[in-house]
Amino acid sequence: MSWLVGAPVILPLAVAALLFVLQGRREAQRVISTASTALLVTLSAILLYRVSEGGILVAQFGEWRAPFGISFVADHLSAIMVVITGVMAVATAVYALRDIDPDREALGYHPLFQVLLAGINGAFLTGDLFNMYVWFEVLLIASFVLLTLGNRREQLEGGIKYVAVNLVSSLVFLGAIGLVYGVTGTLNMADLAIRLPQAPGGLVSVIAMLFMVAFGIKAALFPLFFWLPASYHTPPQAIAAIFAGMLTKVGVYALIRVFTLLFVHDVAYTHTILLWIAGFTMVTGVLGAAAQNDFRKILSFHIISQIGYMIMGLALYTPLALLGAVFYIVHHIIVKANLFLVAGIVRRYAGSFDLDRLGGLYRRAPFLSVLFLVPAFSLAGFPPLSGFWAKLVVVLAAADVGAWPIVAVALVVGLLTIYSMTKIWQAAFWSPLPDGVELAPRPSGLLYAPVIGLALLTLAIGFWSGPFLAVAEAAATELMDPTAYVRAVLGDAAAATIGRTP
Amino acid sequence: METPLALTVGVLFACGLYLVMQRNLLRFVFGLLLLSGSVNLLIFTVGRLTRGAPAFVPSELSTPPGDVSNALPQALILTAIVIGFGLVVFAMILLLRTYERLGTVKTEELSAHLEAPRPVPMRHDDEAPA
Repeated sequence: MSWLVGAPVILPLAVAALLFVLQGRREAQRVISTASTALLVTLSAILLYRVSEGGILVAQFGEWRAPFGISFVADHLSAIMVVITGVMAVATAVYALRDIDPDREALGYHPLFQVLLAGINGAFLTGDLFNMYVWFEVLLIASFVLLTLGNRREQLEGGIKYVAVNLVSSLVFLGAIGLVYGVTGTLNMADLAIRLPQAPGGLVSVIAMLFMVAFGIKAALFPLFFWLPASYHTPPQAIAAIFAGMLTKVGVYALIRVFTLLFVHDVAYTHTILLWIAGFTMVTGVLGAAAQNDFRKILSFHIISQIGYMIMGLALYTPLALLGAVFYIVHHIIVKANLFLVAGIVRRYAGSFDLDRLGGLYRRAPFLSVLFLVPAFSLAGFPPLSGFWAKLVVVLAAADVGAWPIVAVALVVGLLTIYSMTKIWQAAFWSPLPDGVELAPRPSGLLYAPVIGLALLTLAIGFWSGPFLAVAEAAATELMDPTAYVRAVLGDAAAATIGRTP
Repeated sequence: METPLALTVGVLFACGLYLVMQRNLLRFVFGLLLLSGSVNLLIFTVGRLTRGAPAFVPSELSTPPGDVSNALPQALILTAIVIGFGLVVFAMILLLRTYERLGTVKTEELSAHLEAPRPVPMRHDDEAPA
């Protein structure tokens, strides 16, 4: 069944190739692109099912035995991330049918969207550091073009910052890979899990810091986040939604992967730095949001503050904390993308994202208001929505180890999140319509479909959190003990040598 | 041979970093080129240098006769060069478009553009037709 591990990457790549050929035939592209995302989510769900039934799945490409060939590894965390990518792909592809204008479609929106999906899934599934770099570049170049497609003024300004900072991050990542190779002679992550503990600790810590900077930029951690609020409010909402949902989470995934599998030689040092960063990320993100008065910019800053919670789960490095981090990622992707999609519908009603020019939507569109409240309250952590459980688990995990300062930070940031969400609610939905603003008629129902779907998913995670927590717990257990990962990739003999000094 | 190469990597990286921190974005792209060159050289150097022993297999043998140099870093660098080339070309085109559209590639002037009041209301040119 090893083809299944590669399928979430191969399918979008093949579809992208097909769509490039069909460039200019708009209807065919729209149908194939949307249908293929449905297939993608199905294959991903089968992959997660197989992993949860039979343990970690590995594909060795060309039957080249690891660590010499390139391995794809689907453990619980990877499979979860791939499934959530599939869900986001369906939601944004359907939304894009009404949101992306024909000009952008003519410029190649559909194939690029598929390339982006392939890059994201490749980064989640690969078991090789250099291969991860390649997938990062694949998703980056696709995101560069998607971000600037259309050449509007704001897009160029935001795009330059996004491109510049991410290119620097890629070079730091590549340099760190070079140093890892120099120290250990391997780039296979399972092999590295065996060899890095035998390398000189100081050197490994330096390399760990380089990875922290490289992935910290991608994940928008404090103090490396400024490119995100500068760029995420510029593209059309369908693109902004998948960016907001997935791209920073690729960075978070990479941080979780390297700081559970590779760099655990000095947890007291590296993970303490991560905990400080997590705290600052939460606070700066939420304060930045409080200062904004634009629907999308508030949402962008909240991405940053929420990433802090995920990194907090990683930094605490206990089974419960990692469970919280994984659960938080899933919850956050669904909720955040949904809020961006809602913002797009609001803009179609009122013609603006500026909170001063919005209003009266509760009276005019009560159903949309409910659709906003579900993800907004979930983001703020109201029980019994998904965000409540996510926050509860990471805060409990912090209380368990007596990390009271971070508990306090997490709770205060939660309160401030409520403030931001009520600010949007007040300005866009509750307050009367400002003078001179006319509301447009109700936009196409197709825009509502993904919003309703994601809102139902948020409710499902909230009310039936048991199965979701169980899968997250399985992921956390694997992350805390990499033996199963190493055994799946390299075999029993190699797994027995893990953690042994020469 | 490692020491001069290590020094070269350091000098190139420092020059690249200096250029990357300039306000002119064209210099930023040149800095990026230097950084990417120095990182490639870094990978080459840490792969251990073996002179005069190319990784060739004589046609009558199936394995190399003796010790050969490590070919893997070269494969990695080749990949990185191609990727870096694509990214730099994209960055150049983006700069060109920005210059055509906004008339500057200096960061502070770009920010001034962003903060200036809009002369015309925002066009809804990303709306799909009804």
